[in-house]
Amino acid sequence: MEVGPGKFLLARVDDVARWAQSSSVWPLTMGLACCAIEMMSVTDPQFDIARLGSEVFRSSPRQADLMIVSGRVAQKMAPIIKRIYDQMAEPKWVISMGACASSGGVFDNYAIVQGVDTVIPVDVYVPGCPPTPDGLLHGITLIQQQIREGGRGGILARA
Amino acid sequence: MSSLSTTPLTPEIVSREGNTMVLSMGPQHPSTHGVLQLVLEIEGENVVNVDPEIGYLHTGIEKSAENLFWSQAQTVIERMDYLAPESNSLCYVLAAEKLLGIADRIPSRAQAIRVLFAELTRIASHCVWLGTHCIDLGALSVFFYTFDLRENILDLQEEAGGARMHPNYLRIGGCNGDLPEGFLAKLDALIEKFPGRMADLRGLLQANPIFQDRTIGIANLCANDAVAWNVTGPSLRASGVAYDVRRAFPYCGYESYEFDVPTRTEGDAYARFLVRLEEMEQAHRILQQVRKRLDEPGPVMIDDTKVAAPPKETIALSMEALIHHFKIVSEGFRVPPGDVYQSVESPRGELGFYLVSDGGNRPYRVRTRPPSLYNLQAIKAIARGNLIADLVVTIGSLDPVFGEVDR
Ligand code: SF4
Repeated sequence: MEVGPGKFLLARVDDVARWAQSSSVWPLTMGLACCAIEMMSVTDPQFDIARLGSEVFRSSPRQADLMIVSGRVAQKMAPIIKRIYDQMAEPKWVISMGACASSGGVFDNYAIVQGVDTVIPVDVYVPGCPPTPDGLLHGITLIQQQIREGGRGGILARA
Repeated sequence: MSSLSTTPLTPEIVSREGNTMVLSMGPQHPSTHGVLQLVLEIEGENVVNVDPEIGYLHTGIEKSAENLFWSQAQTVIERMDYLAPESNSLCYVLAAEKLLGIADRIPSRAQAIRVLFAELTRIASHCVWLGTHCIDLGALSVFFYTFDLRENILDLQEEAGGARMHPNYLRIGGCNGDLPEGFLAKLDALIEKFPGRMADLRGLLQANPIFQDRTIGIANLCANDAVAWNVTGPSLRASGVAYDVRRAFPYCGYESYEFDVPTRTEGDAYARFLVRLEEMEQAHRILQQVRKRLDEPGPVMIDDTKVAAPPKETIALSMEALIHHFKIVSEGFRVPPGDVYQSVESPRGELGFYLVSDGGNRPYRVRTRPPSLYNLQAIKAIARGNLIADLVVTIGSLDPVFGEVDR
């Protein structure tokens, strides 16, 4: 394949779109608990989430593609998470970060929802309490892989 | 789920007298530092009234702790104030030791290590506070400087306890094993690096006209109000009251360290900023003193097989050690009946635990005095009359952590 003046690069629109989309997954700024601090750590110089094109944390759900549920989900917070998820534009993805968000973690009690997947659909679970920033980065690469392979919610998935 | 009421903006709240409007800020808001909802009553751009609505992170930690062994409860308690996990565990551990009556038998090296981690966690916590506070004000780059420093501290925590954020390294009776090899060299490197980083931070912010404009004279809290609202920590000291638990009720041998308790009298957001920066420098001073003490080897766990499991090596050799080990692992230890209050100076103020024991192997009641909750209350007093934009500064300068407020 040659690229240059007068040359062409042939590809399927679908592939190009997916490549572009997977390289700019914008997460939503939604910190819940301890895991949120590690979520912030991924933007620091040592881990540098910008390498994956996801450094643009958006505060409005309408501008975000990826919800990182970073921490324990209290009974009082669960309906709000559902509402924020509903407000995000399609296509959208969800990472359940940490033991609490995935399963309730050490808090098997009256106050904590035992897994955020009882409220919203989850694409990738990142284990840990809290997961290391590397773990979260790995989770994001899995989301990217899912997008490139045309998994749930891809840009042309419903065309 | 969605049928549940998600916001407390009930008709009684919304219909106010006069020309005001009710606005809900949060719980998903980038500058409420977690899951705080503020129900604002505003007139134009001015805040007439603020009602904080908390509980969006209620975790039932106190209740969970009642169902765990005394030593296990520490695990969930560490997850309360997640910016300073070691302060939580330190306070709980000290309280439990008081109840057990072993407080004066803790090895001095263990006490030094506790001071080391308490101060490291103070610096790390203030790093997160400063980084996020500045993001709220639009100064993004500060975050990179402070989080770089914090990473160094987390590396130390990881080396000692095995986890970056919740190492669970301090234990009832001492610490979980001695500091690993190479730890002190890394600590030295951090101690050496710190002054330069502080100079960077001061250079970036202290005389920065934008930063000063946004913080000087904002969110004023006078000494009387601060005391009346039960505010503690840097927020109190920025109002001119020099109350520091480390001085007032020393623990872990803090009376033998040299450090100042920085205070300011202005009581505004800028004063709180200056107090916290100075506190980081004082923490650095304490670190240097602890570092000298850590050269002396010694035991780091109390020599009492009723509380601390005997060393692994002895288990294969002694029947008694095996039994003690088995007992502690399978059913924990029992704590004599009674109650006790213990407080420490966490990065946010006076953190206290009131523990009640009924003589069993699990706590009967674990009551927390979370500094963030009391500090946050003061927002009702200080946000009134400010602009909406200044609310962000107000919340940031109080530095609440919602894991602790709601727990
Ligand atoms: S998984 Fe662990 S670190 Fe994350 S929110 Fe739960 S308790 Fe905190």
